[in-house]
Amino acid sequence: MKILVCISHVPDTTSKINFIDNGTKFDTTGVQFIIGPYDDYALARAIELKEQIPGTTVTVINVGLADTEPTIRKALAIGADDAIRINMEPTDSFLVASQIAEQAKGYDLILMGRESIDYNSGVVHAMVGEILGLPSISPVMKLDLEGTKAKMSVEIEGGKEQVEANLPLVAGCQEPIAEWKIPNMRGIMSARTKPLKVVEPKAASAATATQKFELPPPKGAVKMIAADNMAELVTKLKNEAKVL
Amino acid sequence: MSVLVFVETSEGKSESSLEAVCYAKAMGGSVTAVVLGPSDASELQSLGKYGAQKVLHASDSKLSKGIIQAYASVITKAMQDENAEVLVLAGTSLGTPVAAKVAVKSGASFASNVVELPNTTAGFVVKRSIYTGKAFSLVELKNAKKVIAIKKNAAEVKESGGTAEVVNFTVNLSDADFNTTITSSEKATGDIRLPEAEIVVSGGRGLKGAEHWGILEELAKTLHAATGCSKPVSDMGWRPHHEHVGQTGVKVAPQLYIAIGISGAIQHLAGVNSSKCIVVINKDADAPFFKAADYGVVGDAFEVVPKLTAAIKAANG
Repeated sequence: MKILVCISHVPDTTSKINFIDNGTKFDTTGVQFIIGPYDDYALARAIELKEQIPGTTVTVINVGLADTEPTIRKALAIGADDAIRINMEPTDSFLVASQIAEQAKGYDLILMGRESIDYNSGVVHAMVGEILGLPSISPVMKLDLEGTKAKMSVEIEGGKEQVEANLPLVAGCQEPIAEWKIPNMRGIMSARTKPLKVVEPKAASAATATQKFELPPPKGAVKMIAADNMAELVTKLKNEAKVL
Repeated sequence: MSVLVFVETSEGKSESSLEAVCYAKAMGGSVTAVVLGPSDASELQSLGKYGAQKVLHASDSKLSKGIIQAYASVITKAMQDENAEVLVLAGTSLGTPVAAKVAVKSGASFASNVVELPNTTAGFVVKRSIYTGKAFSLVELKNAKKVIAIKKNAAEVKESGGTAEVVNFTVNLSDADFNTTITSSEKATGDIRLPEAEIVVSGGRGLKGAEHWGILEELAKTLHAATGCSKPVSDMGWRPHHEHVGQTGVKVAPQLYIAIGISGAIQHLAGVNSSKCIVVINKDADAPFFKAADYGVVGDAFEVVPKLTAAIKAANG
């Protein structure tokens, strides 16, 4: 079986977000980049399936410029066999999905996170599925294979659904589909020599253009209320904040 | 401008879909709603109150469950038939992937997590929430057709219009439209849905164990609030995963968020930073959450929370 795992290269979840050049560019100063946390779950599940099903290979794919390669190498260290980097800045969901779809033919399972934690669109899986004419399911919390059928547990508002579909398919993953894997020394050493193919993007034009980034207005100072005066808190919530 | 709105009815008319109708209405132009699956005629007509002039009803019983592919095919056809320039829907677990597929099928520009009305003075520019609520981006949708999935509170729900004309809408669906099968679903019944709740009461490790959630539930019941929790709490299995609020869990945008015994890790804040008002109750005066709060109470949750519940009951008479 062939599994493709799509990974995003995103700021660590503890990063302070700032923009430079008059709000047109993300400020990478002091920011550590990681494999998208949801993508990391997808990768972990792919490695588990590789361990269970003989002859399974796991390829990771990333749409990004050369600075994403350390992140791709980390995915190889975790256990993926080889990698593809599509040499393009990931500025638009459809653009990213169409580049991935171009490389995703012939895979039985295409996994990725439910969303990237930078732009949060949460649609690349649905778009890849649509472009390739494959079922796409998200957010998947459990994925088991029975022959060519996948049985999945999918989160919906306030509950979950059990969903079945035939392979090949696309799934957007989230916890608790698998436990994150930490690369060991052997993995890190072998990752250096695993194949990482760089391909140029196919010609395509973006359907959107980001004009500017903004930060939310600063929050006012917190008003402290004495623990034995909850009546005052209720009064303030009613009359001052007007939320009760 | 002709705007189509997808209204989800599988769980009863949802507040977030009404918001989408009101958003479309506020954009100006004509508003047509599309409803899939069996639905009550008076329910359909009542969408007129929120601004829909016409309701396309695809009543096929095969559409009673939210099958994403089939829904996308029906809505794409509706967009074509109505010659709609824009599709608006609520960015729910069903709505967002449906929107993405419609955008691909129609060659439309797409944006999700849209937080306010588009600016159409120069082109068509929407404001999106990014970096899990830590920032916004202004994005121009360049193609002639546009698909917008809105975030909660992008528009105010208000009644404005009258009765909508209901039109039967049939689409020939193929087997390929049913490429996934929902074999069962389980849902917390009667609860207020966390992503849509106006008030959320959340608990963290400070509550010390699943058995202590009673005081929090009592407060939530008094406020008609949904209950949430921090990541460690759902990781330890004290509360179900769908209650986990944060960067990798549910993002909420209520009027009031009450955090009890949650220290306020940056990942948790990312899930709540769209809340209008935040109250933090924590016995540690140095808990980072106080910096993000509007009101803070330093005290033992087991003493403060019952007092707060009593104070609300007293104020409500």
